[in-house]
Amino acid sequence: MSILVLAEHHDGQLAAGTAHVVGAALAIGGDIDILVAGDDVAGVAEAAARLDGVSCVRVADAPAYAHQLAEPLAELLAQLADDYSHVLAAASTEGKNVLPRVAALKDVSQISEILSVESADTFKRPIYAGNAIATVQSSDAFKVITVRTTAFDPVADGGGATIEALDIVVSSELSRFIGEELAQNERPELGGARVVISGGRGMGNGDNFKLLDGIADKLGAAIGASRAAVDAGFVPNDMQVGQTGKIVAPDLYIAVGISGAIQHLAGMKDSKVIVAINKDDEAPIFQVADYGLVGDLFEILPELEQKL
Amino acid sequence: MKVLVAVKRVIDYNVKIRVKPDHSDVDLTNVKMAMNPFCEIAVEEAVRLKEKGVATEIVAVTVGPKAAQEQLRTALALGADRAIHVETEERVESLAVAKLLKGVVDEEQPGLVILGKQAIDTDNNQTGQMLAALANMGQGTFASEVAFGDGVEEGEVRVTREIDGGLQTVALKLPAVVTTDLRLNEPRYAKLPDIMKAKKKPLDTRTPEALGVSVASGLSLLKVETPAERKGGIKLGSVDELIDKLKNEAKVL
Repeated sequence: MSILVLAEHHDGQLAAGTAHVVGAALAIGGDIDILVAGDDVAGVAEAAARLDGVSCVRVADAPAYAHQLAEPLAELLAQLADDYSHVLAAASTEGKNVLPRVAALKDVSQISEILSVESADTFKRPIYAGNAIATVQSSDAFKVITVRTTAFDPVADGGGATIEALDIVVSSELSRFIGEELAQNERPELGGARVVISGGRGMGNGDNFKLLDGIADKLGAAIGASRAAVDAGFVPNDMQVGQTGKIVAPDLYIAVGISGAIQHLAGMKDSKVIVAINKDDEAPIFQVADYGLVGDLFEILPELEQKL
Repeated sequence: MKVLVAVKRVIDYNVKIRVKPDHSDVDLTNVKMAMNPFCEIAVEEAVRLKEKGVATEIVAVTVGPKAAQEQLRTALALGADRAIHVETEERVESLAVAKLLKGVVDEEQPGLVILGKQAIDTDNNQTGQMLAALANMGQGTFASEVAFGDGVEEGEVRVTREIDGGLQTVALKLPAVVTTDLRLNEPRYAKLPDIMKAKKKPLDTRTPEALGVSVASGLSLLKVETPAERKGGIKLGSVDELIDKLKNEAKVL
């Protein structure tokens, strides 16, 4: 078996999720190669080559792959497919955008967002917002898989894979990049943070999210939000934790003013320790929290910040 | 421009699901069904494009059992002009749905196809991207804005996409595929007179055989389980107690 992992990168940096995807590839077993596609990505390729367990980093470095749009990238992956039994990518917006296109080009199914590897052709994945877990088996000769990165441990740095330049250039007339607006954020990324503190509708308004800042600073935490807080316009959607937002599994998750709707729980219930702060004693969030504090968050948050 | 909008019949998002005792699947008998929420957003976007004069005709399509005609009638009540039902009682995976939709695209030749980014039952997030590949179209997935003429050339659509960490804007050559994300719009409710009128709008049926598509899949569902339940913990009396527990019991501080 041989597995191709699609590397994800932003601004010349290899994304943390890629090491988790290689972790999933190791669980399947076989030779592991990484594809780095982009414009001016030599540094990314070097970082990818340091990941443990990787044999070869294949680099498609061309302006056509800038911004990693799905149309050229899927075509490139489809051209490389014959060398591999599996192709894996993170179940990020990038992986979700590109891989189904690859699967259709190769006339095979895709297995989305796997949680575990049962064997080289059998995987577990969440359905119904994580309220059920399906075990699925693929008989396709070429398997296209996206990986829920929080479900797999990352491989360490310390490998020394070879780096091979690919001269396949696929350009697509179907789409062109216009622009990008990325949230400026000095905090850790939600998906990879060790501690996450999230606010819900109970925060009352967007300004009150500042109450979470000081605590997040002290704990080195990322700040998230429930869908209710996003829909109410308090904070942008990229802060959303839940089935329709980011899936997180930090060591410590602090839910503030979040009632605990099913769709939110699906995004954070795999956290190691969950703390809930809510004024409603009956809020469903307390049914999954290890530690609960019933009370007014506007009193509790400043006290917590001061005492940490 | 003709807009094709795909909808799916799924379990209502407010219903708590039950796994069948034999673990073969989720039990859908006597469960309230509805249009997939992301598909509602897709229909709403098509209707808004028609209200703006960009779309001239909206064709709603679904793949599924006889009962899925209910969701097509909902789409018609919301503003679709006519509907196509690709009828099959089989379990149909995303790739087969994409092939069936490709068959409908070939017949209808729409300028734009709008789908929900994922269905809330299988959570696959695949069909739109697969359809775009099969039809050789560009794809604007996870759209939070769809615009014409504004900063893009004639024959293109501008799509703003929700990506990890922010927003990305692309221009796609038409015809193109767009999949909807939550913030694209807020779907309206159907009014009673429109629901009555929808009963008289045309609804055609097709079969996978007539479209020349096999719905067989390389995937088999071996088992469905309920995830391990997380047990609730304890309620604490003070912030001091919380900090103490986090430091000394959970050891996460």
